[in-house]
Order: sequence, then C-alpha cells, then structure tokens
Amino acid sequence: MQLVLEKRAERSTFIALASPVLAIALTLVTMSIFFLMLGKNPVTALYVYFIEPLTDSYTLMEIAVKASPLIMIAIGLSLCYLANVWNIGAEGQFLMGAVCGSYLAVVTNGTGAGPWVLPAMLVMGAFGGTLWAMIPALCKTRFGANEILTSLMLVYVADLILDYLVRGPWRDPKGPNFPTTASFDPVATVPTLMEFGRLHAGVLLTALLVVVAAIMLSRTIKGFEIRVVGAAPRAARFAGFSSEKLVIFTFAVSGALAGLAGIIEVAGPVGVLQPGISPGYGFTAIIVAFLGRLNPVGILVAGLFLALTFIGGEGAQISMKVPLDLTKVFQGILLFYVLACDSLILYRIRLVAAKPKAA
Amino acid sequence: MKKLLMTAAAAALTLAATAFNATAADKLKVGFIYLGPVGDLGWTYMHEVARQMMVKELGDKVETTYLENVNEGPDSERSIVQLARTGHDLIFTTSFGYMDPTVKVAKQFPKLKFEHATGYKRAENLGTYSGRFYEGRYIQGVIAGKMSKTGTLGYIGSFPIPEVISGINATILGAQSVNPNIKVKIIWVNTWFDPGKEADAAKALADQGVDVLMQHTDSPAAMQVAAQRGIYAFGQDSDMIKFGPKTQLTSIINNWGPYYVKQAKAALAGTWKAEDTWDGLKEKMVLMAPYTNMPDDVKALAEKTEAAIVAGELHPFKCPVIGQDGKEVECKGGKNLDPGQILGMNFYVKGIDDKFPGGK
Repeated sequence: MQLVLEKRAERSTFIALASPVLAIALTLVTMSIFFLMLGKNPVTALYVYFIEPLTDSYTLMEIAVKASPLIMIAIGLSLCYLANVWNIGAEGQFLMGAVCGSYLAVVTNGTGAGPWVLPAMLVMGAFGGTLWAMIPALCKTRFGANEILTSLMLVYVADLILDYLVRGPWRDPKGPNFPTTASFDPVATVPTLMEFGRLHAGVLLTALLVVVAAIMLSRTIKGFEIRVVGAAPRAARFAGFSSEKLVIFTFAVSGALAGLAGIIEVAGPVGVLQPGISPGYGFTAIIVAFLGRLNPVGILVAGLFLALTFIGGEGAQISMKVPLDLTKVFQGILLFYVLACDSLILYRIRLVAAKPKAA
Repeated sequence: MKKLLMTAAAAALTLAATAFNATAADKLKVGFIYLGPVGDLGWTYMHEVARQMMVKELGDKVETTYLENVNEGPDSERSIVQLARTGHDLIFTTSFGYMDPTVKVAKQFPKLKFEHATGYKRAENLGTYSGRFYEGRYIQGVIAGKMSKTGTLGYIGSFPIPEVISGINATILGAQSVNPNIKVKIIWVNTWFDPGKEADAAKALADQGVDVLMQHTDSPAAMQVAAQRGIYAFGQDSDMIKFGPKTQLTSIINNWGPYYVKQAKAALAGTWKAEDTWDGLKEKMVLMAPYTNMPDDVKALAEKTEAAIVAGELHPFKCPVIGQDGKEVECKGGKNLDPGQILGMNFYVKGIDDKFPGGK
C-alpha cells in the first residue's frame, strides 16, 4: 500500500474554502507541540500570540501600522500575479518611492514650505515606484527579458542608490555624518490620527485601496482583462486584449503602490530617509498576496494576520521569554501548511495498493 | 468616533499602567533592545553577556527582558514602547539606529529611564553610553604593522559611519607608528551581521595578498577564513580565540557588564541620572583579549602601548593628524582631536589608499 497524489478532474471548491482553515488549524496544533517541548503552556502561548494583541488599543493600532504597507504592496502585486506577470521587485519599487518622495522633503527642509509638500511627496513616491517598475516591464515587452530576474536585481540597485544618497548628497548637514537625512518637517510628515500611538493617515489610504481594488477586479473590464490574460492568454488574444500593454499596466500599478507605501513609511513611522527603512516589506508582501489568494479582501485579512503574528511574537518574547526564532518558525510553518493544503485543491491523496515488484 | 476611540484607548492605557505599577514597586524591570540575534558572538552577544552579568550580580532585585533582531527602521519604536508599556523601568537600546525612536519614546514615558548606546541625543530621562573602541584599534594597528610580512592589511567594514571610520584611521595610525609604508585594503559589506558576506570579503582580501585581517562586523566568520588560509586576524567585540586558536592576535572586547550593573544599582537606589558615558581601556569598558600568536617583542610592544593609553600618555588621535589629501586636520581639542571630531569622523588619514565612501 502507498499514498499517491492524484490530479483532480476539477478544482474542489470545498477544499478551496476549507484549505486556509485547515492550514491554520494544523499550524496551531504543531505550534502547541513546540510550546510543550519548550515547557510552556500552549494555551497561554497561543493566547499571547493571537488574542492578547487584539485586546489592547495600542497593539491594535500597531497591527494596522505594520500591516498597512504589506497590504498596499500586496494589492499591486496581486494584479501582476493574476495577469501572470511576475514582479518580484516590489522591495526596490518601495525604496525608490521612498527616495523620490523624500527628495521634496530634503529640498524643502527648513524652508517653511506650505502644506503642499506632503501631497506632492506622495505623488512623487508613487511616480518613483512606477518609474522603477517600468524598467523590468519594458525589458520584458521589448527584449523578452525575464521579469523575475530583472525586477529582483533592481532591488539591490535601489538599495545602493538610497545608500549613496543618504551617505552623500542628502546627508543631514547638521548631523554628525551619520547616514540619514535631516528629520522631515511637519509639513512633510504623514499626520497621525490619534494623540498617542502611531496610527497614521496612510492606514486609511490602504483601506480605501482595498475597496477600489476589489471593485476594479470584480466589476470593471480592466479587472476582467487581467484575469483573462492570466488564466487563458490565447483566449485573451482572440478577445483583443494585448498582453504587452497589460504587462506595462500591472507593473505600473504595482510599482506605484509599492512606491506609495515606501514614501508613506518614510514620511510616517520613520520620519527620516535612512538605510534599513524596509524590513523586507516588498518580499513579505509576496507572501501576503498569495496567502490572501490574490484577492483584495483576502489580502487585507492575510496582511492583518501576518502583522498579528509579528506583534504577538514580540509580546511572547516579553511576557513568556520565548526566543524570536519561535515566531519565525511559526510563520514558516504557517506558509508550509498553506501551500501544502492548497495542493489539495488540485490534487487528492489516494491510497493505492503497491504494484508487485518486477521480478 | 475619533473621540470615543481615544477615550477608550486612554482608559485602557491607564488600566494597563496601574496593573504594571504594582509589580514595578518590588523589582526593577530592565529591558534590552538588541540589533542582532543573541547568538551572533559579536556585538549583540556581548550585550547579552552583560545582561546575564547584571542578573547574576543583582539576583532577584531585577527582572530582565530582551527583544532581539529589532530592525533599525520602523519597528524599533514599537519594540521600545512595548517594553515601556510592560513596566520596564530601565531600558537599554543597544544600537545607533535606535536613537530617534528612543528619543521619541523617552518623551512619551517621562518617568522611565532610557539608555542609548553609541548615540548623541540625550534628555532628562535618556542617557547615552559608548566605548572608546578606537583605543583598542590603535593597539591592533601596532600589532598588525609588526606582524604583516606583505605590508598589506585587510579591513572588513560594515557601514562607513564615523565609529567605523575612526576605527580604520586609528588602526592605520597605529600601524604607521611601526611601519610607515603599511597599506590597507578595505571592503565594505554594508551589514553588521552576515556571516556569508563577511566570509566572502575575508576570502577576497586573502586572495589579494592580505596577511593580517581585521573587521568591524559582528560574526567570527572572518576569523574562520583567516584560520583556513593560515593568516592572522583580530577578533571583534568578543574574544574569538576558539575560532582561531592559531590565528587570533588579540580582540577588542566590549565590556558592558560593569556599566549595566552600575546603572541598574543606581536606578534601584534612586540615584540614576541621564549622563553621557564614553569609557575606554582605562575604565575597562574596552578590554583587550590576551595577546597571542606573536613573538615576545611584539607582545611587549602591544602591552606597552596599552599601558600608555591607559595612563593617558598616548592618544591615538594626537595632533597633528594628516588627512588623506596631505593637509593637516584642524586640531580642535588642543593636543588631540576633539571628541566631537572623533565621534563625527568623516575623513581618512594619510596612507589609506582608498576612496572615502559616499563623498563629502
């Protein structure tokens, strides 16, 4: 007898819905075993990870702050991935958005410029991200270059451009030569929504984007075009959809959103342009996009959930003294189960009798 | 709606604050924010060793918590706030990049005490502390100058910030004191901790004929490469002799323990004050690992140099200091460069045949 993975004749809708639930359940069971092995009470541990952060206004706000850039980037990426366009370089577009938007903050610093600065920065940020995304897009449509490689490699270029600027021309002239710009003026800072905490206006923008993306994908021709080109390129060609134009379009939109997320992060929670402004948001967003099934609402949930594991993991480090590595193991296990359970949508497990061995 | 949320939030905060104050009364809760993993065997590891020393010395008078791998970007402010909100009375943030977040959080929690390593912004409840690591670098330079047969040293730099630049300059000045023609090759890896990158840089330097290797990154990877290649190396942050028993000449040891114990005791006694501490070999915040794998005369010279620095007879940045362009650097401190010039160093000294990174 042996277990084999057999392709289903058609997708199982039931499993498609049950799969994330099953994945989370399996994660919880596995994590409980880990906690027991570490000598911690698994019920308390799971409470600290998943429930405690939700019981407190400060951590709730921080979950939103952490999830906001992830969701914003992931929405853009989901358009690419739905259209079968593989933009892996959102991290670079995020950084270039931060750089382009920060340009205005740097040149207007201390000049008493008016309240036009922040809106202009946001526009510049989105523009910077788009510009950076256009390089792999055009390389793909013009020369057939693989966008996975080009977009990924440009991440490192963006990283070094940012590095150069904050160490050289944009370095805070009054600071003692550390690689950072001067702190942004209030007119160049994303306003916070509360008197305490870091909940900022960018979070509202992210919420708005989720709604817009959901409507666009389900109710507009463009959304239909994206899905058709991705799912059935031949049919799309017959329908008169240009896959080249769509490559440009999806790269432009996802670049703009990543760039916007970048400038909001810099002008919001960070407040200066410096190296290390992104703890890998552009890459984590890829996970968020797939965890959310490339669906805007799904992405919203996935982003919040991932943020919850970060914040809960921090709480567990403080109150239970468990190492940070456990949080990473946690996230890894979750992804593993999600992917594993997803394979059940297209495949089924069957027990078959072992073939008699050839003599 | 906004008002309602705010009221609810304020109520929650007050509630949390009262709950935590109860425990705070009988024990000093001390929190640490770490840059790397506690197992980096370098920078973060030494802060962790110091934390353990504090726990050992003060026993159940303190309760400590650490958060590791906290990035210097958007996450650090939250991590510090989390420690502040969970009743930690004394919080050490142990990397330069935590400066602005620490300043912000210190303002929000005026009753708590904050200590920021290697920064320069202070407040009523925010002190700073750092080590004069350039003193140890100078001694390493003297040793390297004596030990190198090829006359070329290899230096793995993390980020070209003043702390690292002053380390390179001090090394070269030390080496020039025994070998005026010494050369140095520098590779920037743009990370504090990445054993893979550090090892690659070490290999590249060894391939270029470097026979003494030093680093301003936090893992023992370079030491291991040097051991394989049969060249000499210096440890960093901690004594790395077990990674190169026949390789390590010495190592600068960051000795934070006594300082942490002192500050915790002061906090317990109610005498804690926000100060600027910048201690070196004399105060034992910087220690040298045993001088090994070198002839006796070099060892004697190293010990003599160390003693002279401790006694205040020798200053690595004694004027005149000549810049890379051959011009004398303005001497703001009278006999030596002024502390501000060292803490904000943005030039190479003469003899470094490499372009200053980032431009001026």
